[in-house]
Amino acid sequence: MDKLIVSPAPHVHSSDSVRRNMLNVIIALMPAYVVSMIAFGWGVIITSAISIVACVLFEYLIARFILKQDATIGDLSAVLTGLLLAFNLPCNLPWWIVLIGAFVAIAIGKMSFGGLGQNIFNPALVGRVFLLIAFPVQMTTWPRPLGFASSYLDAQTAATPLATMKNALKAGDASLLNELPKLWDMAAGFIGGSFGEVSAIALLVGGIYLLLTRTITWHIPVSILATVAVVAGLMYWCGMPGAASPEYHLLAGGLMLGAIFMATDYVTSPMTAWGQIIYGIGIGFIVMVIRTWGAYPEGVSFAILIMNGFTPIINIYVRPKRFGEKKK
Amino acid sequence: MKTFRIGGVHPNDNKIYSAHKQITEVPLPKKAVIPLVQHIGAPAKALVVKGDKVKVGQLIAEAGGFVSANIHSPVSGTVTKVDSTVDAWGLRMPAIFIDVEGDEWLPEIDRSNELNTICKLDAKEIIEKIKAAGIVGLGGACFPTHVKLMPPPGKKAEVLVVNGVECEPYLTCDHQLMLEKGEEIMVGIQILMRALDIKKAVIGIENNKTDAIKLMQKLSSRYLGVSVEPLKLRYPQGGEKQLIDACISRQVPSGTLPIEVGAVVDNVATIFAVYEAVQKNKPLISRVMTVTGKDVKNPGNYSVRFGTPLSEVLEFAGGIPQSTGKIIGGGPMMGRAMNNVDMPTNKRVSGVLMLTKEESCRKEPSACIRCAKCVSACPMGLEPYLLSKLAALSRFDEMEKHNVMDCIDCGCCQFTCPSNRPLLDYIRMGKAQVGANIRARAQK
Repeated sequence: MDKLIVSPAPHVHSSDSVRRNMLNVIIALMPAYVVSMIAFGWGVIITSAISIVACVLFEYLIARFILKQDATIGDLSAVLTGLLLAFNLPCNLPWWIVLIGAFVAIAIGKMSFGGLGQNIFNPALVGRVFLLIAFPVQMTTWPRPLGFASSYLDAQTAATPLATMKNALKAGDASLLNELPKLWDMAAGFIGGSFGEVSAIALLVGGIYLLLTRTITWHIPVSILATVAVVAGLMYWCGMPGAASPEYHLLAGGLMLGAIFMATDYVTSPMTAWGQIIYGIGIGFIVMVIRTWGAYPEGVSFAILIMNGFTPIINIYVRPKRFGEKKK
Repeated sequence: MKTFRIGGVHPNDNKIYSAHKQITEVPLPKKAVIPLVQHIGAPAKALVVKGDKVKVGQLIAEAGGFVSANIHSPVSGTVTKVDSTVDAWGLRMPAIFIDVEGDEWLPEIDRSNELNTICKLDAKEIIEKIKAAGIVGLGGACFPTHVKLMPPPGKKAEVLVVNGVECEPYLTCDHQLMLEKGEEIMVGIQILMRALDIKKAVIGIENNKTDAIKLMQKLSSRYLGVSVEPLKLRYPQGGEKQLIDACISRQVPSGTLPIEVGAVVDNVATIFAVYEAVQKNKPLISRVMTVTGKDVKNPGNYSVRFGTPLSEVLEFAGGIPQSTGKIIGGGPMMGRAMNNVDMPTNKRVSGVLMLTKEESCRKEPSACIRCAKCVSACPMGLEPYLLSKLAALSRFDEMEKHNVMDCIDCGCCQFTCPSNRPLLDYIRMGKAQVGANIRARAQK
């Protein structure tokens, strides 16, 4: 017999891996991806391909030649960042802007902090918000959902439901809300917007997959959606002029995508169940504040980034419930 | 179905290899080596010297303190020396060496299989008998049982929680013992209830052992105050604090013993030993252990006299397979990997698991992705990611503040970590240092 291997317990492992979790999220994004393809056509494939390839390439180059580490692209986290970044972009965005977004996401959002696990802010959102500020016109020109009939280079554009809601609020005139698409179209995804965010139903299907595979827990998405529903409901039923009903707030913009896929990013969200709930409530509130009073019609990206900044402090103050802790 | 409230994981239970294998006796060794440290607490003091003739069941070493346990000869023969031996981790420990001659038992020991349900002893006499028989907790910790039966002044036991959980993957010895000696265990429970002067006992069994649940439920209807609690499959349900939480919904506060919430916990194997000691005058000289593994020829549940070299037990189970990379004393979650198999079996060994080379190696760790899976898996409500980081940075005072001493070494955090980080290695290291710091402060 050869020498025996001696190591401390535990001697078995769940066989869970970073790669598997990342893959689960990518799989969960697929229903929304398919709906987006049907809604927006070639632009979806082109934008996401550029974004993913660029993210992986930037991560590889930075890890290999600047940080001089082994490249960790095999864990699929760069693929996921690329895909999520693309989900947050209009599908007819010029290719070089996508490239810049991918560079900011990976180089500034992730690798400058030391790579996977070290960053404070969600890299895909860092990339997206950078583009939103640097290229405001291109980033808010939303193509109409015309399927493969639409052209990548020369798309017809449309206002998003959120812009309509913002106009109604500004004018204090609820009749403007009549221009909103039907609820069913909003849930299914046949509205204008960043290409991955449009179909609430497809995103929810992905969310259920993530919950079933225990990739995420319910705390963050549920607390975000519940807060938005409650705040929007209060505004609506208390008769705020021009306020849209909570269903519209839940289905519009990047809320579903943000709540299920962006805010639940492991690295940048709190570690304890209660911390995650506080984080979710914070995001929900900030979303509603920006949507109601902010300069932008949509605030999910900003809300998540702001609460990302609060995550370390939440981790310090919100501890898990210890076993046998006495009730106060 | 009940279970404990915080954390836990679901390892593959792998009990198929040895489940339902009849308990088989391993033949007596030619030479037996009886370690004097087979329990938590002070080592026992040898009572025999070279040349003494001993019989099976004869007291050969007495408890070295209040928290300590007597040791009896598991074989008959001649003492050749009292010297030190090497355990499975290469550490030296004192031991009595005996050349085995025949199998001659002390006459007062009742070796029949007849069930004896009548016990007329009072509490004090029962505890005395348990203490004399050298019984320790056979679930793994080996804490002397008589100490648990004497609560400190001001504390009163209310319920006996019987551990039939066997939550460690692979191990099946407690399961098989319940199936074969269920009635004896019931009598043992009655004896302990009398010793503690309590009216209630709950047997916790996980629902991967449905036959044992059914059998114990059937038997318990004939014994007053005893009930069976089927528990949802979840590791580490056999942990003392987790089991109490699961069975009677009480949480033992940090840094205290189960008696704080009125509970006394004993493993089914311990209770069977109590039955044998009190009803049959048989001291603790053997136990059932599981020998198992994917490639083991005859995995099963073996009754082994203490002092039998482990290599002989493994030989009896078909030998060590060629593919073996790691041999573990105990289960895969908390057991210890051995560097040799020459050590004598003793009260501590509840099983031997032989893992293949592929199963033996850890995967390469990568960076923490802060997924919080370790936090939700920790059954004590700790933050393993934080504790391991603090340990790596030698920030022991902060570890203490974050309740590292509550850690029960269950390994859930490391088991669940998608980055394969050696969380428990770091925490264990830090915990040892924090424990030393606390003791140093107490001495000042």
